[in-house]
Amino acid sequence: MLEPKAQPADGVLRINMGPQHPATHGVISFMVETDGEIMRKATPDVGFLHRGVEKMAEITSYPGFMPYTDRVDYLASMFANHGYAMAVERLLALEVPRKAQYLRVIADELNRIASHLVATGTMAMDLGAFTPFTHWIRERESINDFMELICGARLTYNYLRVGGVCADWPVGLTEKILLWLDHFEPIIDEFNRLITGNEIFINRLANVAVIPGAMAVDWALSGPNLRASGVPFDLRRCQPYSVYPELQFDLAVGTGSRGTVGDCYDRFWVRIVEMRESCRMLRQLLAGIPEGDFKAKVGRTIKVPAGEVYSAVESARGEIGYYLVADGTDRPVRVKIRTGSFTAVALVEPISRGLMLADLVAVIGSLDIVAPEIDR
Amino acid sequence: MDVREIFQRLEAKLGSVGLALAQPAAGDPSITVPAARLRDACRFLKSDPDLAFDYLRCVSGVDLKDRMESVYHLFSTQRSHGVVLKVVLDRGNPEVDSVEPVWKSANWFERESFDLLGIRYLGHSNLVRVMMPGDWVGHPLRKDYVEQEHYHGIPTTRPDPVGGEDA
Repeated sequence: MLEPKAQPADGVLRINMGPQHPATHGVISFMVETDGEIMRKATPDVGFLHRGVEKMAEITSYPGFMPYTDRVDYLASMFANHGYAMAVERLLALEVPRKAQYLRVIADELNRIASHLVATGTMAMDLGAFTPFTHWIRERESINDFMELICGARLTYNYLRVGGVCADWPVGLTEKILLWLDHFEPIIDEFNRLITGNEIFINRLANVAVIPGAMAVDWALSGPNLRASGVPFDLRRCQPYSVYPELQFDLAVGTGSRGTVGDCYDRFWVRIVEMRESCRMLRQLLAGIPEGDFKAKVGRTIKVPAGEVYSAVESARGEIGYYLVADGTDRPVRVKIRTGSFTAVALVEPISRGLMLADLVAVIGSLDIVAPEIDR
Repeated sequence: MDVREIFQRLEAKLGSVGLALAQPAAGDPSITVPAARLRDACRFLKSDPDLAFDYLRCVSGVDLKDRMESVYHLFSTQRSHGVVLKVVLDRGNPEVDSVEPVWKSANWFERESFDLLGIRYLGHSNLVRVMMPGDWVGHPLRKDYVEQEHYHGIPTTRPDPVGGEDA
C-alpha cells in the first residue's frame, strides 16, 4: 500500500481513484497524477484484499486448502481449483480418471464464459452503456444454475478434489446445457449488434492504451490480455493439460480490427471471440463424456512426497499458476500463487502516461482486473 | 529443449561457477545459480536465440528455515519451453540482484517477495511493499513471523465471538 503524500507544487493534482470507486472492479486504488484531464501517471495501490491465502496454505491440509483457492478469484474459481489440484496430483504422480478430466474441463469452459460475460458486461457498463450488462447477467444466471447442479455452489465452487471432482455428473444436465448453448450463441450476435459494433463504444476503446506484443511479454501479461496484443500464447495450446489436446478450437488473437493491435478494443473483442470458442469446446466435450469414475481413490489424509512443482492453467484472467513446495508431510511448505490480474495491474502505471483521465476506466475494464486475485 | 541441455549451455557460458542441476523423481527439475551470477545467467537465457526465455512467469520467495530461496520460473513464448532457476540465500541477510533489468515483470514479483519474505532485490527501481502497509513490521510469509499486536492502536486480534479457547 502506498504512503500518504503531499500535493506536488508544480501544478499537477494528485488524486485517489478508489479504493471504493465503482469502476475499479473491487477494492483497489489508483493514485492518479493529473494535469487537467490528462494523466501524468496512475499508480496502482493494492493490498486492501490481502488475506494471506498463501500463509493459510501452510497451516492447512492439502485437501483443506481447496476452498481457499476459490477465494483467490471469485469470478473464475474453477481455474483456481484446477491449477491447485493439478499441482498436488503431479507431486503425488496420481492419475486422474478420464471422466473427471472431462468434467473439469466442461466446468472450466462454463466458468470462462461466465467470467467473460462479467468482464465484457462491466466494461461496457463502466463506459456508460448499462443495458448490455443486464443482458449478460441474465445469461450468466443460467451458468450459475448449471454450476449449482454440478457442485452445489453458484460462485465459490470448490468443485475439484485431489484426484477428480466432488460429485458425479447430474442426470439430464448435458441436455440442459446443449439447449442453453443453442440459445446463447445467437445472443452473442445480438450483443454484438447492441454494443460491440457501436460507434461510440468503439471510439472510446480503439487506439486507447495500446500494449505492443513485446511489451506484453516483457511484463508477463497473460491470457486474453496477452493474446489481444497479438501474441498467440495460450496454455491450453502451448502447454496443454487435461483433455485440451483433443479439442478443436481456435485462438482468439488481437488484430487491431478497429484501431491498433493491443488496444482496449482488441482486449474486449478477444473475450467475445473466446466465448464462442468455449461454446464450441463445450459441444465437443458434452458429446463425449466417458463412463467411469469421477474421482480417483485418494485417502482422507494426503501426504505429499517431498518435492516441488509449478502447475499452471489458462484461467479467464490469464495464467493462474501454483508453485508448490512439499516436504513429505500433510501440509505444504509453500504455496505461491501467480495470477493474471497481478501482472496486468502492474502494467497500468507504464501505459497510463498521457491518457485521458476517463480512459483509465477503459484500461482497467479492458485488462479485466479482479482485486482479490491481485492481493490473495 | 530439455533442462540438461539448457544447463550445459549455461555452464558453457558462465564457466564452472557452482551451477547445480537437480532432477528429482517427482516434480520439476531446477538449476541452482550462485546469487552473484544470477543476472548474467538471466541475460544469457533471454538473449540466446535457441533459448529465448522472454517470459518470466513467476518469482517466488521460499523460507526453508535454514535458508531462503528465490525461485524464477521462465518460459519462452517462441520456443515453448520452460526452466526453473533458483538462488539460495542466507536467511539472516537475504539479498540478490534484481532481474528487473532483464524482465520488467520482475518489478512487481520482486516487490511481493520483498514484502512478504523480506528478500532484498538489489538494483530494483522501486523496492517497496506491495500488499502490506509501508510501516508494517515483519514479513508475514517467514516461518518465524509473529504478527504485531497493534497497528496504529488497532488490535490485530479479537476475542473469539463464539467463546473458543484461543482468540
